[in-house]
Amino acid sequence: MTEQLIMLALILIKLVLVFAVVLSMAAYLVLAERKLLARMQLRYGPNRAGPGGMIQPLADVIKLLTKEDFIPATADRGLFLLAPGLSALTALLTFAVIPFGPTLELFGQKLPMVVCDLNIGLLYFLALSSLAGYGLALGGWASNSKYSLLGSIRGLSQLISYELAMGLSVVPVVMMAKSFSLTDIVMAQAQIPFALLNPPAFLIFLISIFAESKRTPFDLPEAENELVAGFHTEYSGMRFGLFFVGEYINMVILSSMLTVLFLGGWHGPWLPGIAWFMIKVLAICFLFIWVRGSLPRLRYDQLMNFGWKVLMPLALLNVLITGACLLGMG
Amino acid sequence: MMATLTFYLAGVIAVIATLLAITRSNPVHAVIYLVNSFFALALLFYLLGAPLLAAWELIIYAGAIMVLFLFIIMMLKLSPSSAEKGLMATSGQWVPVVLLAVALAGCTMLLTGLDSLTARGIPRWHATPRDFGYSLFKEYALAVEIASFQLLFAAVGAFYVGRPDEPKDSRGGA
Amino acid sequence: MPLLRDIKGFFPPFWITLRNMFRKPVTVQYPEQKPELPERYRARLVLTRDPDGEERCVACHLCSGACPVDCISMQAAEADNGRRYAAWFRINFTRCIFCGLCTEACPTLAIQVTSDFELSGRDPLKLVYEKEDLLVDHCGKNVEYSFYRQTGIGVAAPRGGNPNESAPVDVKDLLP
Repeated sequence: MTEQLIMLALILIKLVLVFAVVLSMAAYLVLAERKLLARMQLRYGPNRAGPGGMIQPLADVIKLLTKEDFIPATADRGLFLLAPGLSALTALLTFAVIPFGPTLELFGQKLPMVVCDLNIGLLYFLALSSLAGYGLALGGWASNSKYSLLGSIRGLSQLISYELAMGLSVVPVVMMAKSFSLTDIVMAQAQIPFALLNPPAFLIFLISIFAESKRTPFDLPEAENELVAGFHTEYSGMRFGLFFVGEYINMVILSSMLTVLFLGGWHGPWLPGIAWFMIKVLAICFLFIWVRGSLPRLRYDQLMNFGWKVLMPLALLNVLITGACLLGMG
Repeated sequence: MMATLTFYLAGVIAVIATLLAITRSNPVHAVIYLVNSFFALALLFYLLGAPLLAAWELIIYAGAIMVLFLFIIMMLKLSPSSAEKGLMATSGQWVPVVLLAVALAGCTMLLTGLDSLTARGIPRWHATPRDFGYSLFKEYALAVEIASFQLLFAAVGAFYVGRPDEPKDSRGGA
Repeated sequence: MPLLRDIKGFFPPFWITLRNMFRKPVTVQYPEQKPELPERYRARLVLTRDPDGEERCVACHLCSGACPVDCISMQAAEADNGRRYAAWFRINFTRCIFCGLCTEACPTLAIQVTSDFELSGRDPLKLVYEKEDLLVDHCGKNVEYSFYRQTGIGVAAPRGGNPNESAPVDVKDLLP
């Protein structure tokens, strides 16, 4: 009985910790992005709130919470209120299946460092990432504004196009790891990460997650200088905040997925597993920010052509070649 | 106990959501209710021991097909304010719906009556992705291939419809 | 080959942004660190005095006529000695665009720009400056210049006593 209670307590602590870490990571990613982008453009970035601007995220939250929560008169009220929640929820839920460390021994209990080790973890991730489109689509449609609608249409077509390439690029991973479970996939990379074994799949997945996170160079759904703010033009206050937080959680999630699928997860020399996982995730987050500081936005036809005529065939070809190689090796 | 309760709850949600979906006049609302029902269905599949099918239900139906539906609705520029006017079926349009429902129910009853397996009750079974792939590409390979031919036809048709217009020779007559 | 060109063009931006990250930012940290303004910077307007300590402004309305946003208004008046002055003079700094056209129009060099740009406040009415707020106790940029010594002779200063001025010619006395 006490063992069960300890187990339950441990699971609860784990849940709360994961939740807190992901949310605070998302909040500080905003600050990190603003600071790093500023340095890339020879500015300082936010440095007023707290020492070096360290409590800027808190200030932002207070600002967002105290702003007026405006709902346009012609908006579809129910869906308008639902959309930001969906956007943040799908992003948060995904973290349930991501293993962030090796199994831990605590009080004689085996505690796996993953909230829920589904045997179809990878499919769960794909399902939730495709559902992320709903927040975007409903937000844009329910606002009943032309900018929002255009942002949603762009976002949806982009999500659909790049999801295919992303799905196909993880097929070789499943073939090599022989499992859909993310823990097994990490285990299969104990010696050598899949990024080195199958670089094309890694690159295709990397490009697709940039499109999936709706960030530069694929930030057409919210292209500021064309669509005001894209699909969340009409949102204000904390509803906008939810979209915003959802986007940054999504960034953390996608970085974690890249780490788990291609960079060997928590495996690495000398340091403990969780540290390695964090280092890899943060490095990819830095890459996200670096790319945003460096690359311009693609044109819409370039985006579609690249997705359907380059990435898709490459991903398919990669699946075939990987399959042939695996068959040849036995 | 918990699983049974969840099962029936999901079933009730699926039925109610589907009913709401087919009676909404606003197409976007209908899509949302349908997605809801897909979620409930996915949960049912998961509880019946088919996690792979549950994931696919979400990825393909909720994640791809219904998103495409939404996409089309948006392209038709049905704004929330203009979508109110009646897409609600008139009484005459209900007739084929009822006919289809009766036919479906009849077929299901007939099939379950014929199938001795169902009569005995399927043993509790857990379909791993491996089992699923095995039955899909080994046992029913031919059927899968035939079905995929249909997709090929559809793809060719889409290419044909979507081909760029031939440049018209406008100066020919003069 | 376009593909090769594209690939070649893909990497330089990354190098540039990475290099910038290790450079010193060029931002001026404003409240603590004041910016170095050019000498002829155009900001808050003032009304200057001539070397004798009198107001330079003769309320000719040329500045308010030149003002593209109509932020200057005044009321002309005349003193007992015939010298014109502004009974009241008002500049609405919430409207002023600091173009400096008023200073170019001013015949007496009374209205001048200063480099004090810190004009902000929560109450817009506090930015409507009256004559008392505008008038300063110095000559501004042109220390020597006094309108009445050059053009307004006879009005405020008696004839004949000014620098560079010879005694008035007696027109009745035309004998060589």
